[in-house]
Parts: sequence; structure tokens; C-alpha cells
Amino acid sequence: MDWNAILITTVKASIGLETVVYALAAIGVNIQFGYAGLLNFGQAAFLGVAAYGMAVTVATFHLPFWLGIAIGLAATIVLAFLLGIPTLRLRADYLAIVTIAAAEIVRLVFRSVKFSSVFGGSDGRQNFSGDFFAMNPYAPGTYGIGPISFNERVTWILTVGWVLIAICCGLVYLLMKSPWGRVLKAIREDEDAVRSLGKNVFSYKMQALVLGGLVGCLGGFLFALGQASVQPDLFSTEFTFYAYTIVILGGAARVFSPVVGAAIFWVLLVFVGNTLSEAVSAGLLPSLFTVNNIGAVRFMLVGLGLMLLLIFRPQGIFGDKREIALDAR
Amino acid sequence: MHADSTTTKKAAALAAFAGLDREPGVAKPDPILVVDNVVRRFGGLTAVDVAHLEIQRGSITALIGPNGAGKTTFFNQLTGFDSADEGSWTFNGRQLKGVPAHRVARTGMVRTFQLTKALSKLTVMENMRLGAQNQRGENFFRALVPGSWRRQEDEITERAEELLERFKLDAKRDDFAGSLSGGQRKLLEMARALMVGPELVMLDEPMAGVNPALTQSLLSHVKDLREEGMTVLFVEHDMDMVRDISDWVVVMAQGAVIAEGPPDTIMSDQRVVDAYLGAHHDAPMSAEEFEEQLQEAEAELEAEIEEKA
Repeated sequence: MDWNAILITTVKASIGLETVVYALAAIGVNIQFGYAGLLNFGQAAFLGVAAYGMAVTVATFHLPFWLGIAIGLAATIVLAFLLGIPTLRLRADYLAIVTIAAAEIVRLVFRSVKFSSVFGGSDGRQNFSGDFFAMNPYAPGTYGIGPISFNERVTWILTVGWVLIAICCGLVYLLMKSPWGRVLKAIREDEDAVRSLGKNVFSYKMQALVLGGLVGCLGGFLFALGQASVQPDLFSTEFTFYAYTIVILGGAARVFSPVVGAAIFWVLLVFVGNTLSEAVSAGLLPSLFTVNNIGAVRFMLVGLGLMLLLIFRPQGIFGDKREIALDAR
Repeated sequence: MHADSTTTKKAAALAAFAGLDREPGVAKPDPILVVDNVVRRFGGLTAVDVAHLEIQRGSITALIGPNGAGKTTFFNQLTGFDSADEGSWTFNGRQLKGVPAHRVARTGMVRTFQLTKALSKLTVMENMRLGAQNQRGENFFRALVPGSWRRQEDEITERAEELLERFKLDAKRDDFAGSLSGGQRKLLEMARALMVGPELVMLDEPMAGVNPALTQSLLSHVKDLREEGMTVLFVEHDMDMVRDISDWVVVMAQGAVIAEGPPDTIMSDQRVVDAYLGAHHDAPMSAEEFEEQLQEAEAELEAEIEEKA
């Protein structure tokens, strides 16, 4: 067993691209679900339209990179309004149903044969990240501490990613301490009460949906740029459910919980996965486990761990136990 | 403030009602709320059908009626929480039909709920602050600049503290609203409604589920509202409370207003007795009625026989 290699990849995973992307998606979910109580099960679609908006603009139409970003942001806002206008006046579960369906529609349109000249079908789009890496201030080489280091491209994308996470966390912190955040949290508790106090509930829910979508869509840009390609199946519904898992793992309605949750989630996945594969190749596990099925086994083990967490610490890592106790009343 | 003392405001309210007719829809000297032909149908059921109703400014008016009379539906319509199929109503001369609930609240007509809606995971103080209107910090962009709303927030907090003290909730200031008892939640909901700065306070069953010790305190708070110049309209089942605090009583049955009158005599009104206990509830069937029913049954039987033949 090569514990050194396991440890290095695990530490790298804690700040790696996946952690950054999922942290941004989860910050968005935390705004919508954690603070405003909106069940948006289509977060993957917000990342998808942003990533594709940018990639298609640059790769298919050969337009400038920043225009691509602008189109990605605009597409996210349009999607939020499309989903929100018919459903935010209705009960919460309608939004959940509509968003989960919309996310699948978006993904299937991206991978459809009909539009493959635009979206590239199931292969997606490549060759759009040139301008982004042309802005890279890091000279070629590796950056980091000892074995935990990345090449200049990864360093650049992680730098941008963690700066964006810091900005988003600062934004959430400021907003949720303000009267605006108070209205959002009140809507989560009981929207009729908030209406009776003269607040336009629909408008606040829409603002939360758009804001959460926009934060998530930053993750979409980074996902596409970091891999230098987009494929439709990156944005399947399980992406959204991982984001929810991360929020609940960290503790809903806490500023840093999506970030810490994302890091723990990926550290667990990578650590369990690598340990299993090392153990299999060292012949330490029964023959039931093979190189082919440990990928599934690691999700089972991480799932088991999350179940135990929710049983013994239902408020998540940062949550307040008193709040959970209120629900039982 | 003693529960029995007759204050000038009470005297003024009673004077306004003196000599008024007991008929449903009777005109009041200075109505704050005027309702005309408001109808609400749920499929074939007509839940509300109020021809005309006026609520006197500065008074405490009770809305009573048997279960299913349409009181809460009527309340929901007036406050914008339910729509009206027909009709119109004005508050301070302002047309309110089709106006959404949050706009209704902004005009100064604020309601509470039958099932208390304390915002559980917000502290008592945050619940109170939420009620204040025109908050600069409730705008998304200004929220990001704490300096732009800090001072207003301090003013709101000060006002909230005064109200909490008056409602004896100041010790609970930083507790979650969800940790309060049922009665304390009712108090909090009323105090929060006052943060809006209403002219007309609509209380939907303010005494439901409140223990007797708190009832007196709630009653005196409702009376205080009138002393401060507000108008109160409330739905209640507890007739002792209605007699104690209301200046005027409106009785609804089967969706319509069937009678109005002062609280001490309204329950002896024949229409009200009929509504609660059913008309002819104690009258035996007369000989003619018996004969009529018998003939009807026979005619039906004959019709059936002919059909078969």
C-alpha cells in the first residue's frame, strides 16, 4: 500500500477543481435552499447553460471569450426567470418538480443529434479555453509545497476559483446579516406571515433563485475551463444531488458550510477510492472486490458515512442543534 | 389599565354605534372598511356572499358565527390572501379588490392568523424587526452596504424593544420564536403586526389555544389598540371575550351577514339563535307539514309503479 500517494492525492483533492466547482454550486444551493427554502433541484442546469453559453460562443461562433462569459451569465438569468415565473407563486414542491425536469431538458438538448452542429452532441465542445489560459500570470512550472503541487494551468484555475469562492462567501455573509437576508430566512419559515407584513415574497424568491443560479454558474465556467471541454453528461441530476449533499453535510444556512462540505465530500471520495484501489492491487481485500467495482463501492461507503452523520449530527458540521430541535416541536 | 374602566375612546366608539339599526349592512357614521357584494365560490359551494358591510373607525368589531360560516374565508379575501369572484371593498376609500396581500398590508390593514405563524428559526427580535416597513436594507444592493441601513435598523430595534416590553416578551428577545409557548406566540404575532404601523388590525381567533392566564393580558392588549386610535376587527368563538371587549358584533352564517348589533343583546337576536342552533330546532312538525310529506311520498311511489308498468 502506497500511503504516501494516497495522502498526496487526498490533500490535493481538498482544494482541487472538483471541490471548487462543487463548492460554488453548493453556495448557490445554500442561498436558495438553506436560506430561502426554495427546492431548486436543477442546479446542474444553471451550471450547464453557463458552461455551454461560454463554450458555444467561443468554440462554435468564434466570438471573444468575455462575450462568452456575458452570454453564459445572461443564459443563467433567463433560465432562472423561466423556471421561477410560473412556479414561485405555487407551493414549494412545484419548483422542485419543474427544476428537475428542466435540468434534464437542458441536458438532453445539449446532447441531441439535431443541435450537434451547435452544442456538439454527446462529445460537447472543446477549444474555447485558450483566451482564459492566455491570461495566466503563472510562468510554466509547478507551484505548491513539496509533493502537493500543481502545474501552472491548474494553479491558475484554482487561484481564480478560490478567489471567486471567497467573494461569494463574503457576499453571502453580508447579505444574510442584512434585512434582505432576514426577509429570505423568514420566507423559508412561513411565506404567508411575511406577506402579511407587507413584503413582496415573489420578488424575494426570484432574487434568491437568480442569485443562487449566478453563483452556481461561476462553477459552470470553471468546470468547463478547468477541463478545457464541456460534455452534456457532466450536468446530470446527480450533480445537483451532490451539491445538496454538500450543503447538508456542512449544515444548511451557514456561510462556510458549502465550502467545507465540498472539501470533505471530495476528500472522502478520493481517499476511500484510492485506499480501496491500493488495497485491491495489494491483494488485501477478498476477491469480491475488483478494480472494476471499487468505484461503486466507494460511493456506497461514502453514502454510509453520510447516513451516519445525519443520524448522529443532523444539523451538519456547522449547524446549530437548537434549530433542529425546533422542528421536533 | 383596568379591564372595566370605560375610557374616552371606548365611549366614543359606543356613541358612534348608539341608535344604529340592527339590520345586516347598516351604515356607520365613519366607516374605515366598506364591503359590497363580495362573493367567493368553491365549485358549487358559496362560501362567502356578503351584500354590504361597514366597519366603524376606532372601534373593536367582532365577527362571529358558527363553524363553516365563512368568517376566515371572508378575512382572507379582505386581506388579499384569497381572491373574490365578485364584489368590491374599499379601505380608507381605496379600492382593494385584486390587490395582492403584501400591498394590502402596506396600506395599513394588517392581519394575524388563526394558526399562529411565528417564524420559528428567527429570534423574537428578528421577528419584530421584520414587521417594519420601508426598510432600506431590504433592497438587494443597499443590503451589501451596511452603512446605508444601520441607523434605520437601530431605530427599528428601539421601537421593537418598546413593543416587546409592553407585551412582556423582552426577556425572550434573543430566543428562537419557535421556543415560545402558544400564548407567547400569539403575543409575538400581535406585536409584530404592530411593527407594520397598521390602522386596521385584523385578528383571526386571537384567543384560540391561549391559556386562561394569558387571556386577560391579550384582552387588555386588544383594548390598548383602540386606545391608540387603531381599529380592530376580530374573529372569535369565545362569547365571553366578545362580550368583554367588542363595541359591535357582526354575525355571519352560511357565508352571509345575518345580523349586527351591540354585544350584550346580539346573542338574544332570533336570527342569531337560529343560525347557531338551527331554525325550528325545537318546533314540532305541524299537521299540515306531516300531511304534505305523506302525499309527496305517495306520489313518488305511484310514479315508480307507473314507470315499471
